[in-house]
Amino acid sequence: MNRKCTFWLPGTAFGVLLALHSCVSTVSAQTPGQQQRPSLPPIPLNGDTTHTLSRHFTPASGVKKVPNEKGFIQRWLVLEPVKKDIARNSILTDSYLRSTFSSDNFSSNYTIVPKNGETVKVGNQELKWYALDSKTFNFNLYHFTYAIDKPRYGILVWLVTVIDSPEEMKNVRMSAGCNSAGMWWLNGQEVLTLSGDRDMIADNVTSQRITLKKGKNIIRGAVINGPGMANFCVRFLDEKGVPIKNLTIGYQ
Amino acid sequence: MKRIAITTLLAVLITQAVTGQVGRPFIHDPSTIVECDGKYYTFGTGQGGLISEDGWTWYGGGIRPGGGAAPDAMKIGNRYLVVYGATGGGGSHKGAIFTMWNNTLDPKSPNFKYSEPVVVATSDGYEENDAIDPGLMLDPATGRLWLTYGTYFGFIRLVELDPKTGKRVTGNKHVDVAATCEASVLVYRDGWYYMLATHGSCCDGANSTYNVVVGRSKKVTGPYIDNVGRNMLEGGGKMVVATRGGLIGPGHFGHIILEKGVEKMSLHYEADLEQGGRSVLGILPVVWKDGWPVAGEKFKEGTYEIESVRRGYALELAVDLARMAGGPRGFGGQANNEPIKPVPFQELADVSKNWPTGNIGARIGDYMSRPHQKWTITDAPDTTGYLGGPYYKIVLAGTERALAATANGEVITVPNFTGAPEQLWRIDQLTDGTYRIMPKVVPDSDKKLALVSSGDCTPTLAEFDFSSDNSKWNFKVH
Repeated sequence: MNRKCTFWLPGTAFGVLLALHSCVSTVSAQTPGQQQRPSLPPIPLNGDTTHTLSRHFTPASGVKKVPNEKGFIQRWLVLEPVKKDIARNSILTDSYLRSTFSSDNFSSNYTIVPKNGETVKVGNQELKWYALDSKTFNFNLYHFTYAIDKPRYGILVWLVTVIDSPEEMKNVRMSAGCNSAGMWWLNGQEVLTLSGDRDMIADNVTSQRITLKKGKNIIRGAVINGPGMANFCVRFLDEKGVPIKNLTIGYQ
Repeated sequence: MKRIAITTLLAVLITQAVTGQVGRPFIHDPSTIVECDGKYYTFGTGQGGLISEDGWTWYGGGIRPGGGAAPDAMKIGNRYLVVYGATGGGGSHKGAIFTMWNNTLDPKSPNFKYSEPVVVATSDGYEENDAIDPGLMLDPATGRLWLTYGTYFGFIRLVELDPKTGKRVTGNKHVDVAATCEASVLVYRDGWYYMLATHGSCCDGANSTYNVVVGRSKKVTGPYIDNVGRNMLEGGGKMVVATRGGLIGPGHFGHIILEKGVEKMSLHYEADLEQGGRSVLGILPVVWKDGWPVAGEKFKEGTYEIESVRRGYALELAVDLARMAGGPRGFGGQANNEPIKPVPFQELADVSKNWPTGNIGARIGDYMSRPHQKWTITDAPDTTGYLGGPYYKIVLAGTERALAATANGEVITVPNFTGAPEQLWRIDQLTDGTYRIMPKVVPDSDKKLALVSSGDCTPTLAEFDFSSDNSKWNFKVH
């Protein structure tokens, strides 16, 4: 039972079982059970539930970071989420993404690198940038928005990172997976679109062959999601499909 | 040189709407189908479940108390273990997995009584897991009972249960084995543990994107890796079954082993367009290809060559082979400027007038694309079926001459299809992708026999043996 169904959006007044029944309103062939039992026993908390970034992230430091052992880029400048009204991820078509990323943008200059801690305006929302290293191969935006106590569903999140390549690398591909949709730009050029209702799957979509220039390369990303756990992962693959790890990653 | 364009897989010659099961098979998140005292049972989200006398026609009537979501069920010894998840509501991810036993799944039985459910796993609403969507596996290699559970919210977790009590093994700690999926279940086969899980979204009718993927591991605790080396913790997974025709969004895989070489999967489709877009139960063959499970096909009606896997010869009517017009040409390299004209196929009317009118034997011979070698297979006008399919009528194409089992365990053709049970045929796709063909009954016998090749050229009935190509058939369309 996938909780990406609309009924799981925050603010939904119905209880879960009501939601389940709504989800399965067609089960008329099933008959009532013998009895209903209390749905849940007392369940103690298993860990820290405070809104803190340190559970899943560490503040990016001045020390340059390299991709992880599989080439995933874990350091990102992350903007607080732009709230979006998205009932179902199936609306995240290519044209929807282009339109939304154009209108709900902090800057049309796709090579700009925001400063950690600075605020920008998107529409009428004042949003803050965070420079963070994810503790996992992916960057879980649900964890990020929970940590900063912002909306977790129905969000658009802008991302920037700077990778330093020791040499020019031709015929490489940017590779990404995200929940649910997103777009990626390299040095101001759009290179990757992930439209539709997607799961965060490593190497779900790769770019066409591109060139990483020697020195700094600026990656801009945007991930958008309705119901479900907003999430993404990005890495570069060489022309043989092998993850590229000889990069350094900064945020300025 | 013979040049025959062969399509090795099925192709439909008769337009047919593919549906899930028949009756009232409406369910969401079905548990693995379990047989109990000759009937089949599956339970769904909410409460209750479906029952079938034969595995093809399904109706409500199953009883599973506790409500909650997405149960699973399994027979262990002489009892049935049912597991389900309950959630806390309000959109939180707080949940618990319960197990309970019953001596029978038949609600009409005096022995029908569920034990008090016990909690075997929980999620507190904040940790990266949803304690719902449980799946059971009794490891045939070790006898240990494993439970996976969870949804897209964080990880799929693995815990161990005691197969005697259904309770969590004392001191057992969960292991995270997959992410970004749900409705997981493990399958053991030939030294590999396979994790089958559902990706995509549900509950949006024909717009639902549910599909089932698989990864595998040599250890039950993982890592579960897909066919291109991706860990299921990174979203990896090789497709097992996706939308097919008007059956949209399959999910909640369950594995059923009927016998060696005959395996099925139970699942639900988010929407069956033929049945008003409702969520319905589905049953498909499991085919193992290069060490990976994939969904086979419910047999599709059509006109086929029925090829014996033994040698590659075809089932045919035991009648004289009528020569076709034309003779040997083109030898010797002499110049030949005659216009090229196609040679017409031999037609049924060209030859059938010379055939006997009564019963005619069946045999297996070199396929020559002749009328006595082409069989039309359609859903029989019979309300019964078997797990995942209806019985079929097999007649010589263009005629009502039907393939039939005889009391002495042989096969013949009778001039007209009457619907007699010995003229009804069960067709199962096997785990290697070939097919088993069985008569519904063998007259005056309670034996379950299958169509087999005796030698290269003699069709007969015998016990099915998956290890022998004599027992296997292919359906080819040319």
